[in-house]
Amino acid sequence: MKNKYSVFSLIKNAFSHHENWQRAWGDPEPKKEYDAIIVGGGGHGLATAYYLAKKHKITNIAVLEKGWIGGGNTGRNTTIIRSNYLWDASAGLYDHALKIWEGLSQELNYNVMFSQRGVMNLAHNLQDVRDLKRRTHANRLNGIDAVWLNTNEVKKFCPIINTSQDIRYPVLGGTLQKRAGTARHDAVAWGYARGADALGVDIIQNCEVKGIKRNGKEVIGVETSKGFIKTKKIGVVAAGHSSVIANMAGLKLPLESKPLQALVSEPVKPVIDTVVMSNAVHAYVSQSDKGELVIGAGTDSYVSYTQKGSHNVVEETLRAILELYPIFSRMKMLRQWGGIVDICPDASPIISKTQIKGLYFNCGWGTGGFKATPGSGDLFAHTIANDEPHKLNAAFNINRFVSGDLVDEHGAAAVAH
Amino acid sequence: MFVINCPFCGERDQSEFSSGGEAHIIRPKQPTELSDDQWAEYLFMRKNIKGVQFERWNHAHGCRKWFNMIRDTSNDKIHAIYKMGEKPPIV
Amino acid sequence: MSKELRVNSKYIDQTTRIPFKFNGKTFYGFKGDTLASALLSNNVHLVGRSFKYHRPRGIMTCGSEEPNAIVQVSNDPSLTEPNVRATEIELYEGLEANSQNCWPSVNFDIGGINNFLSPFLPAGFYYKTFMWPASFWEKYEFFIRHSAGLGKAPTKPDPNIYDHQYAHCDVLVIGGGISGVIAAKLSAEKKLNTILLDDKKDLGGVSIYNNDDNFKINDQNVSKWLSNEIENLKKYPNLSIKTRTSLAAFHGYNYLLARENLTDHLNVNDRKDKIRQRLWKIRAKKVVIATGAIERPLIFNNNDRPGILLSSSIKKYIDYYGVKCGTKISIFTSNDSAYETVLSLYKNGVKINSIIDIRDKSESLIVKKVQDIGIKIYWKHTVVNTKGYKRINSVELMKLNEKGTGVIGDKINESCDCLGISGGWTPMVHLFTQSGGKLEFNRIDNMFIPDENKSPSEQISVGSCNGDLELDDIIKKTNLKTKEFLDINTSIFDSLKIQNSKEKNKKNIWLLPSDKALGKTKPFLDFQNDSTAKDVKLALREGFKSIEHVKRYTTTGMGTDQGKLSNMHALGIIADTTGTNMGELGTTTFRPPFTPLTFGAIVGRNVGQFFDHTRYSAMHNWHETNGAKFENVGQWKRPWYYPKNKESMHEAVQRESKAARDSAGILDASTLGKIDIQGTDASEFLNRVYTNAWSKLQIGKCRYGLMLNEDGMVYDDGVTTRLGENHYIMTTTTGGAANVLNKLEDYLQTEWPELDVYLTTVTDHFSTISICGPNSKKIVNKMIPDLDLSDQNFPHMSFKNSSINGVRCRVMRISFTGEHSYEINIQSNYAKNVWEMSMEAGKEYNITPYGTETMHLLRAEKGFIITGQDTDGTLTPVDLQMDWIVSKKKYDFIGKRSLYRSDTIREDRKQLVGLITEDPNEVLEEGAQIVEDLNKKPIEMLGHVTSSYFSPNLNKSIALAVVVSGKNLRGKKLFVPMENKNINVTITDTVFYDKENKRLNA
Repeated sequence: MKNKYSVFSLIKNAFSHHENWQRAWGDPEPKKEYDAIIVGGGGHGLATAYYLAKKHKITNIAVLEKGWIGGGNTGRNTTIIRSNYLWDASAGLYDHALKIWEGLSQELNYNVMFSQRGVMNLAHNLQDVRDLKRRTHANRLNGIDAVWLNTNEVKKFCPIINTSQDIRYPVLGGTLQKRAGTARHDAVAWGYARGADALGVDIIQNCEVKGIKRNGKEVIGVETSKGFIKTKKIGVVAAGHSSVIANMAGLKLPLESKPLQALVSEPVKPVIDTVVMSNAVHAYVSQSDKGELVIGAGTDSYVSYTQKGSHNVVEETLRAILELYPIFSRMKMLRQWGGIVDICPDASPIISKTQIKGLYFNCGWGTGGFKATPGSGDLFAHTIANDEPHKLNAAFNINRFVSGDLVDEHGAAAVAH
Repeated sequence: MFVINCPFCGERDQSEFSSGGEAHIIRPKQPTELSDDQWAEYLFMRKNIKGVQFERWNHAHGCRKWFNMIRDTSNDKIHAIYKMGEKPPIV
Repeated sequence: MSKELRVNSKYIDQTTRIPFKFNGKTFYGFKGDTLASALLSNNVHLVGRSFKYHRPRGIMTCGSEEPNAIVQVSNDPSLTEPNVRATEIELYEGLEANSQNCWPSVNFDIGGINNFLSPFLPAGFYYKTFMWPASFWEKYEFFIRHSAGLGKAPTKPDPNIYDHQYAHCDVLVIGGGISGVIAAKLSAEKKLNTILLDDKKDLGGVSIYNNDDNFKINDQNVSKWLSNEIENLKKYPNLSIKTRTSLAAFHGYNYLLARENLTDHLNVNDRKDKIRQRLWKIRAKKVVIATGAIERPLIFNNNDRPGILLSSSIKKYIDYYGVKCGTKISIFTSNDSAYETVLSLYKNGVKINSIIDIRDKSESLIVKKVQDIGIKIYWKHTVVNTKGYKRINSVELMKLNEKGTGVIGDKINESCDCLGISGGWTPMVHLFTQSGGKLEFNRIDNMFIPDENKSPSEQISVGSCNGDLELDDIIKKTNLKTKEFLDINTSIFDSLKIQNSKEKNKKNIWLLPSDKALGKTKPFLDFQNDSTAKDVKLALREGFKSIEHVKRYTTTGMGTDQGKLSNMHALGIIADTTGTNMGELGTTTFRPPFTPLTFGAIVGRNVGQFFDHTRYSAMHNWHETNGAKFENVGQWKRPWYYPKNKESMHEAVQRESKAARDSAGILDASTLGKIDIQGTDASEFLNRVYTNAWSKLQIGKCRYGLMLNEDGMVYDDGVTTRLGENHYIMTTTTGGAANVLNKLEDYLQTEWPELDVYLTTVTDHFSTISICGPNSKKIVNKMIPDLDLSDQNFPHMSFKNSSINGVRCRVMRISFTGEHSYEINIQSNYAKNVWEMSMEAGKEYNITPYGTETMHLLRAEKGFIITGQDTDGTLTPVDLQMDWIVSKKKYDFIGKRSLYRSDTIREDRKQLVGLITEDPNEVLEEGAQIVEDLNKKPIEMLGHVTSSYFSPNLNKSIALAVVVSGKNLRGKKLFVPMENKNINVTITDTVFYDKENKRLNA
């Protein structure tokens, strides 16, 4: 790898006023042909390219990004990472990712600030309790560190939660995964980009895909704003814009792209040291290293590519936040924004081949894709390289919508964050 | 938050409405004669258009009537609204 | 308050002295001061420490763009507020403010050591380090977290009230400066319903204190002319003026949010019981944005010291607040507007040391006046360094080379205690872009202005937010644009005579050169986040190309001021460094809110008891009086159980369950959804929405129905009764009622509009009293003696119209417990009375009220499912072993086709079964998983426990579960592995009690 990052390199560079740092990744013009093209330079796409190069030795790859890398949902999400999913297939997928997260900074030589501060999901009614206990039991047997906490234990773990039993939907307990936590979202994209670039991957920004070129039932290349590029394998990781790319290839996907909003408060000294999620009243919150409360709102009900949602969604979320954390009432919203999330009917992703040879889709992550980034990239790279899914993503094939073998994660999480 | 001109009530805040997704996906008259693929197409596959899309909306916190809307999903501009069963206007 | 630093001002009340505390020390200011002006009048410049390097920082501005002077207000743990801009706090009695982000004090801050470490802490340093050893990140992070953050969150709940109000208007004018006042007046004159907002306590903006004789409107000075205009505005009944109201967000379709401050300026004792803030939700047909412009700083080495202020702010402090920011002031500028400050200072007797102007010259009248006074102007010079750790004490300047890229000649040292800087103006285009507007770049003034051709809604931008910076332009163009926008022919402002004395000659250098290498200087861009021009250049060097990347990597523009002062310079430096045109580079996205918005204001009153609606049944008071514990089911409060004499829940449920089977139980079932279905096609409609057939159901009979989603999974269930040939009443689950109605209406209106069917929700209209048990018949007979309850006349699953004391009621003989049972449906306003009658009639049979927990237990004994508990959206009726209810004859119903997909016809799906434990006293945990082989790795989970109870009627533990291929596993021994033990269980039939259904007719 070109210049290695460490405290020593920082000190060394300080003496030359940091004038000698090399580019973290290049800015190449596209070649005429690649062995594989990844459409979408978010965390998942960059990770896919990285693992294709690293594990499958396919290094003649380009990542095509319409705007700037990491500028979509990677740079817009609330950075929650956990693997406490209900179904075996999901648990396998997300825990695979979590295990990679645990060594990712070292692997990439880039501090992605993965912080295992724990994620706690709260229960507010008796059915919540049943559902979360069911999930906790399943997690435990799947080797995922989940424990059930009663109300007092919830309070002890996060003292600022209002656990009074007199509130409208009192906290009846919760499930905690201690290995879960948060990471620095931008760093994930940048770290993978730097890693992929070092392995020979071309990262091409401001390059919009305009068409998928086919020869009968197989792909032969992509039309882009920088001209036609030949390739036999196209991996699409375009999140909210997956359907747009699919339509170019004449495919329809079981997706709807909807606005999802988030917001941060002004920075304050540490006040909440874990991630708390509540699906029943829809509030989830953590605090960034900078001190901002990071709060996720819900999705709107309609399709929109505007990256803007309705104010009432934000209002409802903050209502729930103040219900659970009345001390936050005088805190101030500093910034709010929206992303476009591609949602599958069963709230699970698609990492799959398609009926068109050489065309692969990784999409449908809905509101919860960030946590899966390393695992998703790894498994998608495997699928593209071998033209066969890995056993960990076999269940997430596109054909499940025909057979009915869905991986329904609605039950355990009204919104699968 | 946009304003929707309900064909029965007039202009109201979007928060009174709920979206029913893509319009003009007609429920097959003879589902039993469809293949699994064809049924999946009806059940799950969506155009999810970026641009002008035909969709169904319901005035859920109002008259509770369903109607159709032509909306540009790239900027949330509403081009036309028409009642169920009516032919979509040309926009 | 230092007398030497005060001059007369008519804008504040200099007769009322107000004491306040800053960092524990008492100071005095005047009524009308802000905390910032009061501190300055006390010669306090050092108010805070910066985020990263903990450098001493002072007040820099006089408004919402302030990056440095942000303080913690109030020491009360429930009222304290972090990160409040001192420039926006109106002084009040009882004000306590403290510096933030410093320890032990702002004067001596341990964190100041970071300043010396700064060479090792360039932009993004944390991405490059803290990776070794691998497990140590969280330990490093602990220290990072504790040194980050600015103020402190309150530690107790907020006692204040926040409010919401909706407003609809023809025209909303945002900003009460000169252009906003002109637009509002034109709108009001046109008889349009108009709202005018301003975030300050008074209208008038910067023009209201412009008494400079060089600027005149109709031969009056600007201040006087504008005061008259503002006074005149008050006569319009169709114009509503809101001051202290800050526009927070401009959403699509002219939906805007504005926050009105109602009490923060009042003395603490005058605030009691008043609403603190009100959030206005405004729908405007047309919007006029008149938000003005913000002065830009200049970017040079050590441009962040206390005592360095924006030149226009120094002007406001002297002209409006009557406060001198220093006694020996230097001005550093790139344009004419700083000369206005000089004249104001001069008029008020403040010593102006020197003016450093990066331009070659200026020919304007105003500059000439300054020259005539004899103030030294260093043309074509730049400041290369400043000195003074906690307060500036001198500047070093040098001559610029021809291109402005370097410095030449000797270094000149000028001492001063305050430096005013002016780098030109940045139009406040935030709201325009928030609404979806696109910007264009004005190369002459180096600023982004609204592209009027790309306005996303009915709106215009007027005044300096539109890039019109000179008085004559502002007035003329505001008048013209507003006239066109509001369709006005002639206006009173058409023939104003305007005198302006500035010229537009400006020079723009985004990063001013120094005699030292850039690497050895500290030219701050984002003062709060301590990001410098060096950081931006480092980011570019490392390949961060997009402005968004640079922003995120360097954190420029991500402070509480959201880059109001820094964004343009960051863009300029990127453009210069990369050789790009700024117009092509574009800006970062301006995200709402414009200034930080209190959570409390966003939420309004919808917290605590108003968090969500609470639905109570008509008998709720009775339940409460009789000691019921309640369960939240959807929005409903349902009696959960009725403990007697300090019974535990278990004891109460056991007693209730036994009583219901032994004699009589009574349940409030009012919360179940009830949908009235009428029309000639009602039967056909039910055929299509339920899995079973309905056409042949006789009038007066009831039938259980199962409803699927189109994907074949069980969605809801309930009993539907045929009241007449074309009339049914459907019941749904409590939680599912609204969704079922939505779904039915959806199909009816969109798929089957040809059906003659009408749906009406009657959940709240009727209350339901369910009486069950072997003595239920006797009790109902006592209450309704005329009703023939014989099995012949009134068999199970049938219905009768009847009346109780002359009130009509519907009585159904249906059962969710397996007992002989009646449900009385009666108009809700009589229900409590009938409930009490039932209790009275049942007294001799020990009629026992029971709650949802007992109901769940009793139905589980009978193997009846609860949708949402025993089902989870992944089970078909076949999975539930309810094949009997799926009509094979019906051509179609919702979800039918999905039942025949390759996965749904699999034999080895999870199926509903009963479970009994080896130890009859062991009650399984609901949600526990079920396995066959404990040693298999990875362990294979076959299913889970959905419902589990100790049955007092069977005297053993029973459970329902879903298990892979469970249908064929009766008698199979399996395990339920818990954390500390494995429980042995056996699969059984789902019906545990009275398999022959004898008790229904008992």
